Parts: sequence; structure tokens; C-alpha cells
Amino acid sequence: MSHALAAYDPAVDAPAPHHPIYDYDSGPPVERQKFAIWLFLATEIMFFSGLIGAYIVLRSAAANWPDPSERLAVDITAANTFILIMSSWTMVKAVFAAKKGEQGKTARWLLATILIGSAFVGVQVYEYIELYHHGALPHVDIFWSTFYAMTGFHGTHVVVGVIWNIWVLQRVLRGKYTAKNNIGVELAGLYWHFVDLVWVLLFTIVYLF
Amino acid sequence: MSHAHAPTHPARPLGIDPPGTVHTTHEHHELGFLRKYIFSVDHKVIGLQFLFTGLVMLLLGGLMAMAIRWQLAYPWTEMPVLGRLLFPATGGVTTPEGYTMLFTMHGTLMIFFVIIPLLTGTFGNYLIPLMIGAPDMAFPRLNMLGYWFWWPGIACILLSFGAEGGGPAAGWTSYPPLSTIEAAAPGSNWGQNWWLLSLTFVGVSSMMGAVNYVTTIVKMRAPGMTFFRMPLSIWGLMIAALLQLFALPVLTAASFMQLFDRVFDAGFFTPTGTVINNANPETLGNAAGGHPLLWQHLFWFYSHPAVYILVLPAMGFVSDILAVHARKPIFGYKPMVYSISGIAGLGFIVWGHHMFMSGMNPAVGLVFMTATIMIALPSAVKVFNWLGTLWGARIHLTSAMLFAISFVSMFIIGGLSGIWMASTPVDIYIHDTYIVVAHFHYVVFAGSMMAIFAAIYHWFPKMFGRAMSEKLGVIHFVGTFITLNGVFYMMHQLGLAGLMRRTADPYDYATYAHLQPINQFISWCAFALLAWQVFFVVNFFGSMIWGRRVGRNPWNACSLEWEAPSPPGHGNFDKQLAVYHGPYEYGVPDAPKDFVPQTQRAHA
Amino acid sequence: MAALKHFLLRVVVTLLLLAVPVLGVWTFTEADRWGLWFPPIVSSYGASIDKLFYLILWMVTVTFIGTEALLVWFVFRYSKKDPTRAIFTHGNHKLEMIWTAIPAVLLVIVAISQMEAWTTVKMNFPTEGPYTPEKPLMEVYASQFDWRVRYPDAQGNFTGADVIEVPYDITVPEDTKVVLRLKSRDVLHSFFVPTFRLKQDAVPGMDIPVWFEATEPGSYDLICAELCGWGHYKMAGKIHVLPKDEFDAWLAAKRAALYATD
Ligand code: HEA
Ligand code: HEA
Ligand code: CUA
Ligand SMILES: [Cu+2]
Repeated sequence: MSHALAAYDPAVDAPAPHHPIYDYDSGPPVERQKFAIWLFLATEIMFFSGLIGAYIVLRSAAANWPDPSERLAVDITAANTFILIMSSWTMVKAVFAAKKGEQGKTARWLLATILIGSAFVGVQVYEYIELYHHGALPHVDIFWSTFYAMTGFHGTHVVVGVIWNIWVLQRVLRGKYTAKNNIGVELAGLYWHFVDLVWVLLFTIVYLF
Repeated sequence: MSHAHAPTHPARPLGIDPPGTVHTTHEHHELGFLRKYIFSVDHKVIGLQFLFTGLVMLLLGGLMAMAIRWQLAYPWTEMPVLGRLLFPATGGVTTPEGYTMLFTMHGTLMIFFVIIPLLTGTFGNYLIPLMIGAPDMAFPRLNMLGYWFWWPGIACILLSFGAEGGGPAAGWTSYPPLSTIEAAAPGSNWGQNWWLLSLTFVGVSSMMGAVNYVTTIVKMRAPGMTFFRMPLSIWGLMIAALLQLFALPVLTAASFMQLFDRVFDAGFFTPTGTVINNANPETLGNAAGGHPLLWQHLFWFYSHPAVYILVLPAMGFVSDILAVHARKPIFGYKPMVYSISGIAGLGFIVWGHHMFMSGMNPAVGLVFMTATIMIALPSAVKVFNWLGTLWGARIHLTSAMLFAISFVSMFIIGGLSGIWMASTPVDIYIHDTYIVVAHFHYVVFAGSMMAIFAAIYHWFPKMFGRAMSEKLGVIHFVGTFITLNGVFYMMHQLGLAGLMRRTADPYDYATYAHLQPINQFISWCAFALLAWQVFFVVNFFGSMIWGRRVGRNPWNACSLEWEAPSPPGHGNFDKQLAVYHGPYEYGVPDAPKDFVPQTQRAHA
Repeated sequence: MAALKHFLLRVVVTLLLLAVPVLGVWTFTEADRWGLWFPPIVSSYGASIDKLFYLILWMVTVTFIGTEALLVWFVFRYSKKDPTRAIFTHGNHKLEMIWTAIPAVLLVIVAISQMEAWTTVKMNFPTEGPYTPEKPLMEVYASQFDWRVRYPDAQGNFTGADVIEVPYDITVPEDTKVVLRLKSRDVLHSFFVPTFRLKQDAVPGMDIPVWFEATEPGSYDLICAELCGWGHYKMAGKIHVLPKDEFDAWLAAKRAALYATD
């Protein structure tokens, strides 16, 4: 009340009628999208840390923990793991091709990645169905609870990755990317590599140990 | 003095592209109503959407609080007005499980749907681009998604009210097994599932926001706006965003585990050999072999950092508002920045202080105690610097300033009581008593909420081009300040007398029988507090229409948001920006005016 | 006129800010009279906990009054209308050092001073004497919404026909280090005895030892301090402290009653 506000003065306060939009870049020299995707991956890391941490705690607290090899088809999943790692390689190829602006190649490598990814999911679904027929479900015991939580959430991440790749693929086919602008492919790639990496980790602690 | 070494040319030396990296607009195409006000991608509109939704949620949470207060003052009597809405079955009388639902919903609403959205959602969205000189957020569409992902969260939490068997009734902390075994609590039927889903949606929403904020702050600062020239509001918001990025996913994971336990009968949090309602979960087909404390660790690993998410942005706003209305540079800018970061860093290693009595290894408790007590240090630095800012100032007692000052005064109270609880032996007695309730209401309501009021009064002119009424503002402040202390101060005493929180009717205990009059006093202060907010509501809506028209910079402030028109148009700034110094050049001796905006070369 | 209004505003604000520490400290001094203070201590370690509370109370009160006084003074003194400009400073390194170092020392002292009491209550259980964690006096069993106490048979095992089980009422000997094992049948509960300054959550699947030494005969409230469902608020129990001989007599009588029944 006591200190009057500066009053409205059209001369200085009226907005300029037509003005450009001033959009600055304050570095670091990395695209906004890529910067953001790294932040996003950080959250993903924390998410899986939560799951894996819980698994480790529960397992170390448990009186006796069943030997995974007696309950899970480790060999099949090992093969499946190898497949998924291959898909990381095809993804790298896709990104390289995209950087060179070779659209056809990019499309082909992406397609390969998508197929391999789907194969991985397929095998996992098959595994689930088998387990289901053996009555191995989350409510049976803590082993299965953790198993389904961890593999399940990773599985959904792979599905998301596949869908993402399909979306990128159709953009490639519609010629949206050039040698200069191909960030879209790169982002999908980063996410895909992350998902693969997580799997290697999960496979080791859930199936091997 | 930061303004001394302003660069001769603002851009190059700072490794920031020179002004001129400009994307000109394709001439103004008018957007339809939907795109402009509902599904807008403009950070300002989204900010306001968060503001209005958040205030409505605040009203809801406040009404829950009133219902709580009625029960504590006059247990098992018909509750006026609210009773018929909340408990039609019993003719307006609270039921025991109804009471647990009340404080569960109250806590959940207030933390996840009021304070966090108002701080980060509203002001994060509105202020970040304006204060760093950006035309909008880095990802406007993601920003819009962030707001709209909040709605399924709201929908779920409201659904949980109506869920058959009642709403979630395990407290906002939702400790299992109470929260995971349906048989344990009538309320933990679908109510609890909706609650968990709601938190997941809110989490996704906050996560989208946080990614956006950090990217925008790092990548889109105007030429010359170095990190150490950013207003403290931006620092608070950025650090809070980082806290969310790293803490929130853990809560999401934990919520999913609890959902697994509830929906698929998994056993994450169900120990072996329990008997609930004369039935063993295992024989009912639940997995077991889990551990209840696991949830507590995961929950507090998020929720302690979360309490600093509830306060760091508020501290930032208060710092800015103090400087502007005290016409004096913030005292110790860098120590302020370091202490914000320090609080955030320590905040990650103190979650165990909520679990001293939980059966966690007592030796670990000592470690958490030491870390927790040390958090008082950065907080001390902040308090002392605020005092330093006010020393020798030229204080303008605007409503914004009054609320900001009261934040400092109240945060000291809330913080100091934290020391008692941090000390494990004392916490043996006061854990889960009303001292805890007093503590966190002082930091969260008397603290953060007052800061939000201050921020509303301070930035309202920028948001709507009109100022709020100072008269009503002062009245709102006086009444709120008196009543809130009436509500929360006496809770310390109740706590010392040993009164437990979360007790629907404590007066059966010999220990508590004599406490009812105090509770009645508190309750009437609370009702007055609610009633008094009329002055705010009237002022808030009235000023949009009748408020005094103001220009770009009504407060004569230095930071960038005041360079834009009020309210700012599409793209925010209608002129090229270059930043020469920090945001707090008030009362510069040799300058023509008593403030030097960041866009002007300081004298000397 | 405007000047008067401004002065009034300054006074009102100052008084408001001042009222909090003044009334606050006053309520703390009066609280005892109103029965808004700690209940009496009847456990051996209760006093040490209260002592720590008062230690912190002093430190906190000094800080509280100090900071609030400065705040109030600055707000009053520097809100008067004054055309000149504020003192122009961006801070002072030496000051920052001082007001970081002093609280740091204080806080370290606080932290260290807490350790002993905590270890006494929660970590150092009686090793000799009639009752130890291995050989507890009783087992307290919490469940929605009652407390059950089990006294072992002569051999000290908690199962079998000779185990005495009592609902709600816990009877213990005076001036004896009593150890009990705390269990929960269903959800979380908390074993809270205000007059003992004792609290410990009962966790299903865990078996947590708790000890205390009651110093006054009498009956005291046992309160469940962890939300355990709709009946949480009325999950009350009683602890009856008897002189040693009376306690032995009581236990003997219970045993006798046990055999009388069959
Ligand atoms: C905005 C939210 C917020 C903030 C900022 C804080 C700040 C702090 N909190 Fe609080 N806390 C909560 C929100 C918050 N808390 C909530 C919601 C709960 C309850 C959750 C539930 O169970 O439902 C809780 C519970 C809680 C507990 C658990 C109590 C129990 O359940 O038994 C503890 C224990 O250590 C604690 C400690 C602290 C400490 C040490 C600080 C410190 O950060 C405070 C530091 C500040 C100061 C110390 C004051 C300023 C400093 C000075 C004036 C300098 C001089 C001071 C000294 C030398 C001492 N808090
Ligand atoms: C985080 C923020 C927050 C806020 C702001 C509040 C605000 C209040 N709280 Fe809350 N409270 C919690 C968080 C909060 N609380 C939490 C986390 C718990 C623990 C829950 C648990 O145990 O699980 C709790 C528990 C709790 C209890 C303990 C219950 C128990 O343990 O048995 C009590 C009891 O008095 C209480 C009271 C109040 C009161 C009277 C207010 C008042 O200050 C409310 C005042 C609010 C208003 C008066 C609203 C005014 C409305 C407007 C200004 C909006 C205007 C509208 C438009 C413009 C559209 N709260
Ligand atoms: Cu048992 Cu609360
Ligand atoms: Cu905490």
C-alpha cells in the first residue's frame, strides 16, 4: 500500500507488435534432445536400481534361495541374450548409415533391429507361457515375484524400444532424416543400447547367480 | 562484485553463441481456443493451468484437514457441512477407517497435488524460460504432456475416494503389510491400487517436467546468463528437478512392487508366517518371504529428497522476493547456491531418519542421525544470509514481502524442531507424536505454502498484467499468520505430552484425556484459517479483472522476466537480450536508479 | 496520513513476528503447568533421554531467539521510509566462515552427545541378571488390535502347555532389567510407553529385543504408536510394575492357576 508500484506506461510497456522469437543456445555443444535423453536414461537407471536393489536385499535376507538353473531354462535365455546383443550391433550400423545419410541402409539395419528385438520379446513370451503351464506365477513365492517384476519391466522396455524403432523407421522411409539431421535415429539408438545393457545385467543376476 | 567484471561483449567470452542465433517467427497465426488455453504448449499457459488446478487441490486438501480437525476436537460427533458429504452412511459422523482415509488423502493431496505442482509445475513452468531469457521450454509439447499426465493421477486419487471399502487408509507413507494385504485394512481394497496408480502418473508427469526444466536451464540461457548469474529461484528449481530425476524413479519402482503384491499376490513386502484377520496370506495364495522394511527404505529414499523438493524452490523464490522488496543484493549469493546444492546432496543420505524406530539396525541409525544433523548446516547458511540481506535494507512491506519474511521466521521453527527428531534418543520419545506433525507443517505449510503465497503476490502482475490488491493482501497475511501459528505451534506441546499422530480418538488413554481442550483450540484456529482464505480468493480472482494495470517491471526488479511485457506474449521477449551481471544489483551507489537490470551494463 | 498508515503497518508486522518467539517461549515455560509436558519418568534411562532433549532445547532456544530477534529488529528498523539507498554489499566471506563454523561445532557436539543414550537403550542389552535377550522375561505379541504377553515356562520356552498368556496387561518387576522380545502377528505396530521414554516398532517376521528397568510401581499406558488399521487409536495396553516380591507372587499365582485348570 505504502510503496506505489510503477504505473503502466504504454510508451515502454506496450509489447512490440511484430518481433522475431529469440532462441539462444548456451551450450554445451550437444543437441537438446540428446541432453534430455541422457537425463531420461538417468531416471531409467534409478528405476532399475530400485528393482535390482530390492532383489538383492530380498535374496540376501532369504533363508534359502532356489538355484535359478533348476527353475529357468538358462540355455534358451542365454541364446536370447546373445540375440539381443546382436541387435545392439545392428542398431550401431543403422546409426552409422544414418550419419552418412544412406537412407536405404539405415532402413535395413533398423528393420533388422526391430526383427531381432521382436524375436527377443517372442522368446520371452514363450518362456512366460511355459512357466504359466508349470504354474510358476508371481504369487507362488518370492523368487517368482522378483523374477516377473524384473523381467516383466525389462520386457515392456524392449517393446517400447521396438515401437520407437518402428516409428523411426517410417520416418526414415518418408525421408525425414539427412546426413545433417538424424538425431531421431541416434536417440532411439541410445535408448536401445540402454535396454540391452540392462538386460545383460538382469540376465547375469537373475539367471546365472 | 559480479557486476564489476561484465564482459565488454556479452556473448563470446562466455562461450555462448552471440545474439543473432534467432529464429524469426512466421507471422502470427491465431490459435483456436483449444490450442490456446486447453492443449496449449506455451509454458506460461501450462504454468497457469498448474496454478489453478493446484489451488483447487489445495482447497480439497484443506477441507480434508478441517474434517481431521473436527474429529480431533469433537470425536464421533456429527461433522457440520463436510460430514454429510464425506460420511453420508453414518449421518456425518466420522468412522475409524474413515479417519485413516482422511489423513491419508490429506497428506497425499497436499504433497503430491498441491505443494509440488504449485512449486515446480506452476512457477517452474512460468519462471524458468522468463528468468533465463528463453522463448519457451526446450520441449513445449512434452511440457503439455507433463500437465496432462497429471490428470489421470488426479482421476485415480479421486477414484480412490469412492472405491468400495473406502479410500486408501495406510497413511501417505502407505507402509505394508497394512497397505498390501486386503484383509488388513478395509480401506486397502481398490482404494490403495488407485492410490498407487495415481502416484505413478504424478511421477511420470513430474519426470517429464524435470527433464524439461534441466534441459532448458542448461541449454537455453540468454547470452551472458552464466550459471552464477541465474536468480536463486532458478537454482532452487533446477536442483529440485535433479532431485526428482534421481529419487522419483525409485518410488515408481516401489509403487509397482506394491501393486504386484496387491494385484498379483506377489510377496515383496509380505514376510513369512504372518496371520492377518485369522488367515495366513500364504494359505490364501500370497507369495511371502518379503520384508516390510524394504518398502520403508525405498519410500523414504524418494520421500526424504522429496521434502527438499518441497522447500528448495520455495527458498529460491523467497531469496528473490526478499532482494527485490528489500532493495538490496542477496547476501552471499554463492554460499546460497552452494547450500542449496549441499542440502540436496545430503538429502540423499538421510532417509533413515524416518526409520529410527522401525527395527532397522540401530548402528545404522547413528550414521543417519549424524548425516541428518549436518543438514542443519547448509540450512543455517541460508537463514543467516537471509538475515544478512535484510540488514541495512530499504524494506518495502508489500504483501509478497510479508509472506517472504514470514517464510524465514517460520522455516526456522520447523527446521529447529527437526534437530530433536534427528537425535535418535530424543526421537525414541517423539517419533510419530504431534511434534513430528508440528515440525513438518511448519516447514511445509508455514514454510513452502507461505512462499507460494509470496510468489503469487510477487509474480501475479507478470502473469496477468495487473497487480493484486495490497490492502487485501496485507489482511490475508495478518490473519493467515496468526491462525496458522495457532494451529501448529500448540502441536509441539501436544507432542511433548506424548500425543500420537494418526489416532482418531486419543482421549480414551489416561495419558491423553486432558488434551481435548487444546485440540479444540487448534481446530477452531484451523477453521478460522480456512475462512480467512476468502480474502485471498477474492483478491486473486478480483484482481484479474479490477487489479491495477501494471507495466513490464512494476517492482523495479533486475531479473529478466521483468524485461518482457506483462503478460508476456508468444515467445516471451520482444527484444534482444544480453546479460551483464547477476540478478541482484539493487541500491548500486553510483547508478542513476536504485537498481540495474541484468540487461544493463552496471556503472563503475 | 499515508505516513501514519505505513507506521501502523510496520508496528503490526513487527508485533506479529515478535509474538511468535515470545508466546512460543512462554508456552514452553508454562506447558508443564498445563500438563503439556513430558509425563513423569519411571525408567532407568528415561532421565538421560530427557537430558538430551533439554540440551537441544537450550541450543535451539538460543538460536531461535537470536535469529528471530535479528529478523524482527531488521524488519522494524529498515522498513521505515528512507529515500537513501540500502547498504550495498554482496556478502562477506569472513562472516560466512564464522556462521558456518560455529553451528558446525555445535552440531557435531550434539551428534556425539546423542550416541551414548542411544546405544544404552537400543544396542547394549543386559548380559547378566535374570533376563537377557537370549532368556527374556516375556514375549510381547502385537496384533490387530491387541497386545498379548507370553511368560515362558520354567525351561524358558514359549510354546507348550505351561506358557502363560495374558491379553492387554503386561506385568513386570520393579528395579529389574527386564528384557522382552517384540513380535507382530500381522501388520506394523509400535510398543510405546511414554513414561518409560520407550518406543519400538513391532514388525511381522522380525523378533526384536527390547529392554527397560521400571523404577516406580504403578500402572502405565502402553500405546500402539504405528498406524495399524482402523482400530489403531484404541489399541491400548497397560504395564503394571510390581515390587519384585509381589511380582514373583503374581507369577506363581498365574502358574498355579494354569495347573488348577487341568
Ligand atoms: C519442506 C519439508 C521439510 C523440510 C525442509 C524438513 C527439514 C528437516 N527435517 Fe523433516 N520432515 C518433513 C518435511 C521436512 N523436513 C515431513 C513431511 C516429515 C514427516 C513425514 C511423515 O512421517 O509423515 C518429516 C519428518 C522428519 C523426521 C522424522 C521424524 C519422525 O518420524 O520421528 C526427521 C528426523 O530426523 C526430520 C528431520 C529434519 C531435519 C533435521 C531437517 C533440516 O533440513 C532442518 C534444517 C533447518 C534448521 C536447523 C533451521 C535453520 C537453521 C538455523 C536457524 C541455524 C542454527 C541451527 C542450529 C545450530 C541447530 N524430519
Ligand atoms: C504438504 C503440505 C501440507 C499442508 C499444506 C497441510 C495443511 C494442513 N494440515 Fe496437514 N498433513 C500433511 C501435509 C500438509 N498438511 C501430511 C503429509 C500429513 C501426514 C498424513 C499422514 O499421517 O499420513 C498431515 C497430517 C495432518 C494432521 C495429523 C493427522 C493425524 O496424524 O491424525 C493434521 C491434524 O491437525 C493436519 C492438519 C493440517 C491443517 C489444519 C492444515 C491447514 O494448514 C490447511 C490450510 C489449508 C487451507 C485453509 C486451504 C485454503 C484454500 C486455498 C487458499 C485455495 C483457494 C482456492 C482457490 C483459489 C480455488 N495435517
Ligand atoms: Cu497397532 Cu497401531
Ligand atoms: Cu526426512
